[in-house]
Amino acid sequence: MSKLHVQLTVNGREIEALAEPRMLLIHFLREQLNLTGPHIGCDTSHCGACTVDLDGKSVKSCTMFVAQADGAEIRTIEGMAQPDGTLHVLQEMFREYHGLQCGFCTPGMITRAYRLLQENPNPSDEEIRFGISGNLCRCTGYQNIVVAIRAAADQLNAAKEAAE
Amino acid sequence: MISGSFEYHRPKSLDEAVGLLDQHGDDARVVAGGHSLIPMMKLRMAMLDHLIDLQAIDGLKGVREEGGNLLIGAMTTQSELIADPTLAAKCPIMAETALQIADPQVRYCGTIGGNVANGDPGNDMPALMQALDATYIAQGPNGTREIAARVFYEAVFFTALQDNEIITAVRIPTPPDGHGHAYEKQKRKIGDYATAAAAVLLTMSGGRCATAAIALTNVGDTPLYAEDAAAALIGTAVDAAAIDRAVALAEGIASPAADARGPVDFRTKLAGVMVRRAIARALERAA
Repeated sequence: MSKLHVQLTVNGREIEALAEPRMLLIHFLREQLNLTGPHIGCDTSHCGACTVDLDGKSVKSCTMFVAQADGAEIRTIEGMAQPDGTLHVLQEMFREYHGLQCGFCTPGMITRAYRLLQENPNPSDEEIRFGISGNLCRCTGYQNIVVAIRAAADQLNAAKEAAE
Repeated sequence: MISGSFEYHRPKSLDEAVGLLDQHGDDARVVAGGHSLIPMMKLRMAMLDHLIDLQAIDGLKGVREEGGNLLIGAMTTQSELIADPTLAAKCPIMAETALQIADPQVRYCGTIGGNVANGDPGNDMPALMQALDATYIAQGPNGTREIAARVFYEAVFFTALQDNEIITAVRIPTPPDGHGHAYEKQKRKIGDYATAAAAVLLTMSGGRCATAAIALTNVGDTPLYAEDAAAALIGTAVDAAAIDRAVALAEGIASPAADARGPVDFRTKLAGVMVRRAIARALERAA
């Protein structure tokens, strides 16, 4: 089968590449673009470690062919911090509140939490738990992840208020 | 896991998509959200030479009310159903059910068309479509045809849809104002298919049940439209005796497989429990 010419924007960078249509988006990101932040946990769309932001949606990149993502705009964990290295508030709060232990689920957790807060800037703890229910963490028991997302929401809201 | 090789198509029109399907027959499949098909392709349980992606076809998304019906485009995602104001006002059981499907990431991708067309008895929308008396609109090489959800499902992964047809929309008669509704689903964890689930819709008039519809998810080879169970409620005050009769009739048509979700007796009993809870909640909500 012939390779497909794909064009997509990843973390603000325009990418053109040749890829087999059957290549999974997660493999394309990790192996062809060297973006190894998104992880392969279960490879069965259960664990959420491969979550990326695609055209304003949280997507499990193990369950999408790169062909389907042709033309899309994607953000991975590598695109969360500023170019000068300043961490995103979510990253800061995960560090501050111990929202991770081994760190394997963290790239997926943070990219998912980013989209959750875009859609619901002031979620309750229950809404946070429901919002991250597609991301599994085997270390933390989720408690500090919820605390970290809540703290990030508070900071983002305070910054927005100060700006107004 | 890597799927077999295939050629990728992204047609811009429905006619082009149907043409590709017609041309390649059994060697081609359409993909919408992909969260049923792609796992099967990765497991090599689905092997195909041509994958036809419907994402670039205009007009397959969205909800509108038209002449007493709700018309939902097949490519409307579960998260779009959940956020839709028309459905929230006219048919809130759609969002209630969609919220119990999989997880947020899957709901951004998964579509109503894919969910109803797939033919997996674990899918939640088919039973709801039967309870709502929905009609599927399919396009093939010879034009469009309509298939009632209540006769669409034949066996596991076998439906009335032909290989060269694509479901383009789902049409639901708008439920009357004041109707009661509930979708009750028991699952082992977020993201799992139902151990058993039940959809109930009913209307009350002068303290009596005027209309009722019940359907069951994942306790048979197909979704099960529980016509007799619903009939046991109609004309009654939906009292304890009537509910007991409906539950017994629903359990009577359940024939679940024994699997990791439980043995046959348990899942049969649970189907009854889901019906009982859904009736109770629908009754509370009915005006």
